[in-house]
Amino acid sequence: MDAKVAIPLNEQVKLSVRNLNFYYGGFHALKNVSLDIPERKVTAFIGPSGCGKSTMLRTFNRMYELYPEQRAQGEIMMDGSNLLTSKEDVSLIRAKIGMVFQKPTPFPMSIYDNVAFGVKLFETLPRVEMDERVEWALKKAALWHEVKDKLGQSGSGLSGGQQQRLCIARAIAIKPEVLLLDEPCSALDPISTGKIEELIHELKDDYTVVIVTHNMQQAARSSDYTAYMYLGDLIEFGRTQDVFMRPTKKDTEDYITGRFG
Amino acid sequence: MNASTAPARDDRERPRRRLHARRKLVNAVALTLALTAMAFGLFWLIWILIETVRLGIGGLSLTLFTQMTPPPQADTGGLANAIFGSVIMVTLATLLGTPIGVLAGIYLAEYGRRSWLASTTRFINDILLSAPSIVIGLFIYSVVVARLGTFSGYAGILALALIVIPVVIRTTENMLSLIPNALREAAYALGTPKWRVVMTVTLKAARAGVVTGILLAFARIAGETAPLLFTALSNQFWTSDLSRPMASLPVTIFKFAMSPYENWQKLAWAGVFLITMGVLVLNIFARTFFRNKA
Amino acid sequence: MSATLPAPSYIATGETIRADMRNRPPVVRRASPWADVLFSLLAHAAAWLTLALLAGIIVSLLVGAAPAIREYGLSFLWRSEWDPVQNRYGGLVMIYGTLMTSLIALLIAVPVSFGIALFLTELSPLWLKRPLGTAIELLAAVPSIVYGMWGLLVFSPILSQYVQQPLQSIFKGVPFLGQLFSGAPVGIGLLSAGIILAIMVIPFIASVMRDVFDVTPPMLKESAYALGSTTWEVVWKVVLPYTKTGVVGGIMLGLGRALGETMAVTFVIGNFNQLNSLSLFEAANSITSALANEFGEAAPGLHQASLIYLGLVLFFITFVVLGISKILLEQLKRREGTVA
Repeated sequence: MDAKVAIPLNEQVKLSVRNLNFYYGGFHALKNVSLDIPERKVTAFIGPSGCGKSTMLRTFNRMYELYPEQRAQGEIMMDGSNLLTSKEDVSLIRAKIGMVFQKPTPFPMSIYDNVAFGVKLFETLPRVEMDERVEWALKKAALWHEVKDKLGQSGSGLSGGQQQRLCIARAIAIKPEVLLLDEPCSALDPISTGKIEELIHELKDDYTVVIVTHNMQQAARSSDYTAYMYLGDLIEFGRTQDVFMRPTKKDTEDYITGRFG
Repeated sequence: MNASTAPARDDRERPRRRLHARRKLVNAVALTLALTAMAFGLFWLIWILIETVRLGIGGLSLTLFTQMTPPPQADTGGLANAIFGSVIMVTLATLLGTPIGVLAGIYLAEYGRRSWLASTTRFINDILLSAPSIVIGLFIYSVVVARLGTFSGYAGILALALIVIPVVIRTTENMLSLIPNALREAAYALGTPKWRVVMTVTLKAARAGVVTGILLAFARIAGETAPLLFTALSNQFWTSDLSRPMASLPVTIFKFAMSPYENWQKLAWAGVFLITMGVLVLNIFARTFFRNKA
Repeated sequence: MSATLPAPSYIATGETIRADMRNRPPVVRRASPWADVLFSLLAHAAAWLTLALLAGIIVSLLVGAAPAIREYGLSFLWRSEWDPVQNRYGGLVMIYGTLMTSLIALLIAVPVSFGIALFLTELSPLWLKRPLGTAIELLAAVPSIVYGMWGLLVFSPILSQYVQQPLQSIFKGVPFLGQLFSGAPVGIGLLSAGIILAIMVIPFIASVMRDVFDVTPPMLKESAYALGSTTWEVVWKVVLPYTKTGVVGGIMLGLGRALGETMAVTFVIGNFNQLNSLSLFEAANSITSALANEFGEAAPGLHQASLIYLGLVLFFITFVVLGISKILLEQLKRREGTVA
């Protein structure tokens, strides 16, 4: 089902999805989805469990390729080429599109090494510059002041909220163009969640942010655009205030008002 | 309409690609080496199995099971007494070691979760598990053979049982620990006494894994040579008297294989074939049994 | 609530609830209480038996080795003379042989096992994973005597012809390596024993590594992939550090097996009680092969006591290896929480 995509003229488009279909083995998980992700804005995907929103996210950085029974068809255009069929090595694609997961996943190494991990893969920086990059990333993730004296300590010694911000710093450190956040606050307490939502608000100045959330209030608070999905179909997509205040589809209205899901 | 912010970032692309080429190379080399390692491991298994079959199957005949171990350079002969001795000693050792092992495993999983006795027992069990089997043989020699003044089948059985016990303790404890507490609590809530809960609920739920552990222990001692070297020793003739030295397949193979006599070597290969096939069949059976019942 | 409830099944047989008993807690007739006590006693006794066994082993070894301990004390460990005729003994040759063969075995087995575990967890197509994994585990089930006999009668001639002789001619005259490869290249000695031990030990280490690699949380690996890592980088930089406790445990397990292995070593080590050079090709001896070959005929006295002393040393070495691995594991676990 093609959603009518209406982007105001003053928005640049970063990712352009056309006729995206996704299969888990024989199960048709995403059905002909088309939409445009605007640049340097926060786009939220909402919908009940199993609607395909996380699947959607994982097509953008081709994470599904790790699992042989999963496949995607269609177009996801970024900077003029189709991400799904690009000849470019997938690790270079993933360097441009960062991802943060539902649970914090600090690597078993120091905080410094966690943040530097991605940078070391792609750039050979002298120590001084690496230090600067690590500091920059941690500051951007609003974690610097809390960890600047213990950069050598293990990442797993931090609290849940701090660990998730560490993962965000780690993703930012390689200066991606797009940031994918897959329910980043679902394992966190309300205060940490609030901090991360503030962070998202600042991040959109530099990055195109796509966030999947099962928390509608979070979507309403933090995003500029919202996409509502149900059972693999894109039901509605538009500016957040339009989708929440004046939804054009009854299904959307039912979900938002809590009649199900 | 797609506008791109790429131009500002292009100057990072080239060094990124150069480094990337090297990383791809390292990745390809590493993964190829992993494939080689797998092939390497398989290669030995296949070679050993092929040689065992090739050299051993020729010696297979009815006489293998009906005739006794012959003197060197004789024309006829078999491994009957060795096979019989192995079967008897391995079976009795398993029967002796299993109850002790299961009981101790029950203790560790059901009674002694936090006591010092439990952690000490676990530690000691680890030591016994990795103790060289020849040292076990030495122990039984000093305690049984030297005292009684003679090598005997009983000593062999004791030595093998001492190898069975740690293995069974470990598998029993592991399997029992996997059973969720909710099952035990449901039984207690009905007023079942502890011994009944353990025997008829917990142990029963874990029985597939426990039986597998016992089968694997059985297969393990079937192939053990060292503990029998100075306990049961060996015997050229048929005997069913456990208080005398007793022949066993592994020890006989050891003696025959190290010798320069061709008829002995041929019998040794046949024996190796028998043991290998027996042990492999037991292992495969134990695994499929576990997979089906668990 | 209906007026007539069926009698609950746990009530002792035959009894049914009378109407006026419905409000009282049901009578449960327990089996005689001594059954619980007896069972508990048996379980505790089995645990104590294990302790007693270990104590018994240590004591009997000490008692058996006493004459040799009295005669040589600790110098036994570095004396290399072993002469049953003149009744003079020293354990250096065997101890060296045991340690050296185990070292060679680990040098070969650890990288190969790592490669196998990598293959099974990251590279292998799904339908191959189980059969290949089982094949490796079956390699562990093969009795050591099979390895020994195959090693002597099949492997050593081939090793001699295709590995030892070429190595010897390549390195002839080279200062250190030349000595390592000197001696009669007939396929026996420390190198042969080490290689066969490696093959024996690979399945143990590989299985443990594979098991711990398998339980690495997929989300952790995906995080590394999401940053653009290659498969090798994910395994080497993330999975391996994450699983290091299990990996160390597996290696220690393999080391323990290698140290205590008798049959795989005895056939090919040469059973020669002298240490003339650094050569890996010359016949040598290990503690287990010395015991296997000589104990049966050793007369009670210094010879037998010296052999038991060797057994005690081996037991002690295994004990130390196990202890170190447990300490290492504890340290690694503690460190993961605070320092990198």
